[in-house]
Amino acid sequence: MINLETPKKLRGFIKQANQVADNFLRANSRKYDLAEHEYPKELDLLASLIDGMGDSGQGQGAGAAGVRRSEDELEKDKIKNGTNMSSVLSVIEMCWGDVGLLLSMPRQGLGNSAIASVATDEQLERFKGTWAAMAITEPSFGSDSAAITTTAVKDGDAYVLNGEKIFVTSGDRADSVVVWATLDKSLGRAAIKSFVVPKSLPGIRVERLEHKLGIRASDTAVIVLDNCRVPAENLLGSPEIDTKQGFAGAMATFDNTRPLVAGMAVGCARAALEDTRELLEKAGVEIDYDRPAQTQSAAAATFLQLEADWEASLLLTLEAAWLADNRKPNSMEASMAKAKAGRVGNDITLRCVELASTLGYGETELLEKWSRDSKILDIFEGTQQIQQLIVARRLLELSSSQLK
Amino acid sequence: MANRKDPMGIGLAVLNRIASSPTIDKLGLRKAAERAVYQGAKSGFQVAGAANRTFKKRKGAGQPQRLAKTSAPGVFDLTPTEDQQMIVGVVEEFAAEVLRPGAEEAEKNNTTSKEVLQQTGEFGLTLLNIPESLGGLSEDRSAVTGVLVAEALSNGDMGQAVACLAPAAVATAISLWGSDAQQQTYLDAFTGDDAPVAALAVAEPRPLFDPLTLETKATKTANGWKLNGVKSAVVRGTEAELFVVSADIEGQGPGLLLIESSTAGVTIQDDPSMGLRAAGLTRLVLTDVEVPADALLGDGSTDDYRECIRLSRLAWAGLALGTARSVLDYTKEYVKTREAFGEPIAYRQSVAFMVANIAIELEGMRLVTLKAASRAEQGLDCSREVALARKLTAEYGMKIGTDGVQLLGGHGFVKEHPVERWYRDLRAIAVMEGAVLV
Repeated sequence: MINLETPKKLRGFIKQANQVADNFLRANSRKYDLAEHEYPKELDLLASLIDGMGDSGQGQGAGAAGVRRSEDELEKDKIKNGTNMSSVLSVIEMCWGDVGLLLSMPRQGLGNSAIASVATDEQLERFKGTWAAMAITEPSFGSDSAAITTTAVKDGDAYVLNGEKIFVTSGDRADSVVVWATLDKSLGRAAIKSFVVPKSLPGIRVERLEHKLGIRASDTAVIVLDNCRVPAENLLGSPEIDTKQGFAGAMATFDNTRPLVAGMAVGCARAALEDTRELLEKAGVEIDYDRPAQTQSAAAATFLQLEADWEASLLLTLEAAWLADNRKPNSMEASMAKAKAGRVGNDITLRCVELASTLGYGETELLEKWSRDSKILDIFEGTQQIQQLIVARRLLELSSSQLK
Repeated sequence: MANRKDPMGIGLAVLNRIASSPTIDKLGLRKAAERAVYQGAKSGFQVAGAANRTFKKRKGAGQPQRLAKTSAPGVFDLTPTEDQQMIVGVVEEFAAEVLRPGAEEAEKNNTTSKEVLQQTGEFGLTLLNIPESLGGLSEDRSAVTGVLVAEALSNGDMGQAVACLAPAAVATAISLWGSDAQQQTYLDAFTGDDAPVAALAVAEPRPLFDPLTLETKATKTANGWKLNGVKSAVVRGTEAELFVVSADIEGQGPGLLLIESSTAGVTIQDDPSMGLRAAGLTRLVLTDVEVPADALLGDGSTDDYRECIRLSRLAWAGLALGTARSVLDYTKEYVKTREAFGEPIAYRQSVAFMVANIAIELEGMRLVTLKAASRAEQGLDCSREVALARKLTAEYGMKIGTDGVQLLGGHGFVKEHPVERWYRDLRAIAVMEGAVLV
């Protein structure tokens, strides 16, 4: 039965997440925006709290690892609001607090999502408790993940990794990095595998940290792998090179992480909308949902448009998560959500600055910060253009050689 | 599946009507248009002369019958019920086999054929929101079903869809807000074999129209109300026998009144517009129209009227979804077969991305519309969600319409393809008020 309200069983949990976001993240937003690269120590306590909630079952499987698609729990004919839904809803709340700080949450890295998505049960157990960053991008490529030049060469019971990775979120603070590398460049996409590389191993080092437009609370690292020997059992998924399956295995991670990034944009944009609405109301602008927008002030009409776009991106995000929870293919919907939420998240936050004039532009409010933070959400985990490409190829049933 | 407690139990009732309809059997559906003509000829064109129908006034015994709220399931779910899937399946097929092929002709004639109207009558569309106790099909509100049906019909042709849904709007209004006496007086006619042509008239022809600030006035008289004003976007006004009209009611603000077409001072003017031509749009001119005190729908309250505005916008949003889907499906095929520079134009990102964006915006506006509808039927406040659904369907519906023509280039501009009609129809979403309801 069609119902798009927040699932009843998750409402209490979401309220909790909102309080956490308000007290731990929002409260420290400006502090770590100004103090780039300083470790947000408040998060250690929070991370323990979240681990505790997770272990006691109260966390509803939320967090980066909540995207795992387990086989056993789906009851026949029963619609499920599971861990994908709760993860995405908690990410929305946390990013309403602060995107940069959410990305810095110990043990909640994108690498953790990757492990949860593709690890075997044995690996999942072995990597439990690790804080895993994700390393895909290299200096020579961004969107074209198949162009990976980092190599992994089998040597006895280990793989030897060599290469340079950039834009590694939490690369400095995490204790391991999920590294994408190729076993054999000549075999193309199928030879690309991901490895969990503990930072304690010799041969992996953080080269430097980036200074950024936004999400400054989150460290973005350049990581160098120099003859780094990684135990063979740290390869995620199958070590076989299956040219038929191609890239699908590695790319499956994205079906799970893209709705999360869409959720980040939704949360960040909601923060801006709520703040702006309050400021507008103080300035005497009322938003009337029953009167046509064009009979209201330009500010109210703009706000209505932004709110409409926001609602669409929220529901696209929930749809992608709902599909995943119910074991339905969601590649296209995940990309739709990411495309819509990425672009409107950026548009909303920028327009909110505009609506609030110099008050919005200054650092006394957080509006200007959100408008900087939101930009990355239309870029990482697949840019706007990559999402459109994925949607278009699926819709039009075209291959990557037809629609380049 | 369907028992009395099942909120979608109405679905089976609808299906039963469809199954027992001589025009729709699974095998014969491809011939549905011809069969419809046969059926229409057999029963004769009974609408002639019906404009003089008078509705025999009946006294109410007490409380009006109201549809119950749908109970909240508590789970986020995008799956239509089995009943909804079946209803939509049949309506979709009807839209594809009858409405789509007949769209050009209906537009040329500025009307929807009697056969098509009769067929949708047999589906029971008018009865969806009439309580079972009054001869309808329903126990519960079913705004979601209403949106899904509007979407499915409009996927065939928006103009004919509006014509088919217009009488249901009046039946729904009486059922949701009418007094017991009004329900007894009018709903019988809608549940009988010869349902009246009826129209919900809200819009007025002027810039920046706001349905909450009306120039049509109902002033108090000794015996009731006197109405003056001009209403626009009145569907099939020339044939309509009964109107529900919005007016600024003296002493209480905007609200709804019932006016029978035989009342003195009622005149109808053709108002052909850029699209929706099959809906036979007219203006309803009210000149010193005197109606009795009990012509107020229910108590003519502004709260009911606000709800009416919201449910009407929701129906228009549903209609936008269907036509936008037509554009998506049509352009998808076109860009894959049309070649330029030695390859299908779909191979170009500038083309393919436009199609991708049509799909993305359509999915977004569809979800928001469904959320608004599900809130409406659960009895939750839906003013915000309806406003957002309207904003999205108006904005992106039109964008999809114009991109549809653009993707076909010059071929999109000529009538050889239906996209120019969809473009004209989709312009309606932002300007329409009233006419249809879910």
